[in-house]
Amino acid sequence: MLYREAGQFKTSYQTDTAIFPIRQDQIAIVVVVAVAFVAVPLLATPYIFTGILIPFLILALAALGLNILTGYAGQLSLGTAAFMAVGAFASYNFMLRIPGIPILLAFAGGGVIAALVGVLFGLPSLRIRGFYLAVATLAAQFFILWFLTKVGWVTNYSSSGVITAQQVVILGHAFTTPVSKYLLVLSIVTLMALAAKNMARGNAGRSWMAVRDMDVAAEVIGIRLMRAKLLAFAVSSFYCGVAGALFAYAYLGTVEPEAFSLDLSFRILFMIIIGGMGTVLGAFLGSAFVTLLPVLLSVTVRFLDSTLSLHIAESTISNLELMVFGGLIIFFLIVEPHGLARLWQIGKEKLRLWPFPH
Amino acid sequence: MNETASAGAHHLEARRIGDPVLRLDHISLAFGGVNALTDISFDVREHEVRAIIGPNGAGKSSMLNVINGVYRPQQGTITFRGKERRGMDTHEAAAHGIARTFQNIALFRGMSVLDNIMTGRNLKMKATFVEQAIWWGRARNEELLHRRKVEEVIEFLEIQHIRKTPVGRLPYGLQKRVELARAIAAEPSLLLLDEPMAGMNVEEKQDMCRFVLDVNEQYGTTIVLIEHDMGVVMDISDRVVVLDYGKKIGDGTPDEVRGNRAVIDAYLGVAH
Amino acid sequence: MSFFFEVLIGGLLSGVMYSLVALGFVLIYKASGVFNFAQGAMVFFAALTYVGLLELGLPPWASVPATLVVMIALGLVTERVVLRPLVNQPQITLFMATIGLTFLIEGLAQLMWGANVRGLELGLQDEPIQWVTDKTGMSLSKFDLVAAAVAAILVTMLALFFSRTRIGRALRAVADDHQAALAVGIPLQHIWAIVWGVAGAVALVAGLLWGARNGVQFALTFVALKALPVLILGGFDSIPGAIVGGLIIGASEKLAEVYIGPFVGGGIEGWFPYVLALVFLLIRPEGLFGEKIIRRI
Repeated sequence: MLYREAGQFKTSYQTDTAIFPIRQDQIAIVVVVAVAFVAVPLLATPYIFTGILIPFLILALAALGLNILTGYAGQLSLGTAAFMAVGAFASYNFMLRIPGIPILLAFAGGGVIAALVGVLFGLPSLRIRGFYLAVATLAAQFFILWFLTKVGWVTNYSSSGVITAQQVVILGHAFTTPVSKYLLVLSIVTLMALAAKNMARGNAGRSWMAVRDMDVAAEVIGIRLMRAKLLAFAVSSFYCGVAGALFAYAYLGTVEPEAFSLDLSFRILFMIIIGGMGTVLGAFLGSAFVTLLPVLLSVTVRFLDSTLSLHIAESTISNLELMVFGGLIIFFLIVEPHGLARLWQIGKEKLRLWPFPH
Repeated sequence: MNETASAGAHHLEARRIGDPVLRLDHISLAFGGVNALTDISFDVREHEVRAIIGPNGAGKSSMLNVINGVYRPQQGTITFRGKERRGMDTHEAAAHGIARTFQNIALFRGMSVLDNIMTGRNLKMKATFVEQAIWWGRARNEELLHRRKVEEVIEFLEIQHIRKTPVGRLPYGLQKRVELARAIAAEPSLLLLDEPMAGMNVEEKQDMCRFVLDVNEQYGTTIVLIEHDMGVVMDISDRVVVLDYGKKIGDGTPDEVRGNRAVIDAYLGVAH
Repeated sequence: MSFFFEVLIGGLLSGVMYSLVALGFVLIYKASGVFNFAQGAMVFFAALTYVGLLELGLPPWASVPATLVVMIALGLVTERVVLRPLVNQPQITLFMATIGLTFLIEGLAQLMWGANVRGLELGLQDEPIQWVTDKTGMSLSKFDLVAAAVAAILVTMLALFFSRTRIGRALRAVADDHQAALAVGIPLQHIWAIVWGVAGAVALVAGLLWGARNGVQFALTFVALKALPVLILGGFDSIPGAIVGGLIIGASEKLAEVYIGPFVGGGIEGWFPYVLALVFLLIRPEGLFGEKIIRRI
């Protein structure tokens, strides 16, 4: 009897199009936000921030970006990490070469540069489709990483190719502690997730989904394919670029191009497949899953080690991880191609009827 | 069919059919070695209901595809609203007020009925994606305004009960209706319908006829439709074009065409 | 000038190696319409199993058939567990499933046999053929030539198999239209089993050759990625295309590295084939030998 819409009538289109139309959902989201912004900083340990929450949020942002491109617009991309790298290194150069630039502006600038690069590598999508396009994005992945490694200017001629992110200072306040970094990342990610949701339910999102579902029909009703596809690449790469900048500044600290390898691109692709393509929630669920799974595995191994004296090698764990990811991808694609987000929705529908079965 | 016929006929007299708004001159279209259309010329008058009929493979769908820019003819010109051209691209056609439905339903399966119909309004939405992202001012107002318009179309076609349903889950007849809704939502001046009643039972056909006539009469939309059901064609169309093997073999009012020897031969399969 | 030819021929021969991997892709794509991203992982798995069995004491003449059996089993299990449940899904879903499969096989391979780098001896040395060097001043590797010969034989056999035999015809029918093939009585499951088995065998050959050349290590899985540009050039469903595509990619990669590389700091090999494929796609989206796709509305 908890989750009922009975009695909640929408009297205007405005309320009908709200992101959380059901009262219970509205309360829930307020609780979630309160917990995230207030309770967690008070209760969590530094490890939880640096090891779990911050990477979860940053990769969720990147997954959001990839979701816009692959989930909503249907353009498969295997180059997500490369666009993150562009954002990271571009932000670094903005901070380095423009003295006194506000760091948030540098992040945005990194995102914009990533967006431009995204549009460049997205141009082939006008002629190529499906997994041919995936190969084009592979070209982006390999070329961009090579470029960032070879062109000395990008890394300020550092001999090892490694850059050190500058300190994050906003309005005089230095963000050095895990808690402060967490709150910074949380704020940025929340705002950008909201923006993504707005775009998705508006004309841009509908145009993207039309292109994904049947691009010939989309053209016939007047949607410009080129504009829609390139916009998807631009927005997606902007999100990935900002995520990359945050990756460098709020998580890693010292960055080299190899941190943004093909492996990371696959990881983010897994996030949206498991989480649910074409949904904002899916990016977060997927990121949570992929971030938490290694933690869960190592905790289990440690538990087995201490209680049963069952010693499992590090390499075995990482191989198991690979197998579990691979297996889960296949599992989800077979059982629920729409991922965890859909399972969540089904759960809510069942909750609506509870305690009745149907 | 009779009630619709007499009511339709009454309305037909009441409408004023205007000058030709679309004219096709000597259109020829070929794919590789196959001639889909050969030297086709006819016109469509404003506010009329023009049917294109003919046996399977006659080139009817290709004809519609030429009109709204999906195919470009090798020869011939299309004159739409006074401007003569070899062909328009699809975006131009949509921007100039031509909307259409397809033989094999071309709906966006991942979206709900409401969203599908909203895509029909995309050319009227001016807000940039940044404004949409912030959900402020122009973007929000546009969204609500167009939602209102789309709801009018939904009411018109009586599909309120399924507006939030994902389109892939609907039965065939309702999908066809949603496709029509999407086309109407664009407020077109010329509506191209490719077999809108295919696969429907008698009741569904009656409803669809009613909708088509209502669109024509209430909004004044010029309609070109491909249809196989002769009863429907005879009842609701003002004039008919008959195609066979890519050539025009008849052009006139339903009665004129009905008595045309060549048309009868084509349908009976007499070798010619 | 002879240096140019040396690089060219060296590139062509290494291209043959790519072709071997691409062949596996083409086989599966031709017969089931599935783009098997996991082919590279299968090559890795085959090489690792062979070497692993050797370490366990099996002599080479027994290890090869044993590995072949394992590969065929792997293929059959894949077809049954991964592909059959996904039979009506869009291509992109199947592609992503094979990405998942890649990770699964990679993890499994290393779990079973460990992650150490191993050498693989085939009795062929990677050294220049003496009389060629004497006559022309170029060094051509004995190994590369044998690999090329093997590839040529394999390709011919497969091409004949597809075009001349009854099973080959059935395979092509299945690739074109599953429903229609079923309607004429072609046993889909058997066909797929055969195809995956053959692809497994091809993976074994590729695995042995690649393993002998570069050592059996995890990096072998990235070879699969290089096969993608090969397939784009040659078309995804063409056996001769896989060879031609491989030759072009191999040659252009080496030539680019040697002649353009020094100007831009080297390391071009990593991305050049992809960019080349990309440019090619823009001109001819269906590849050199592939079929043009016509979409009706």
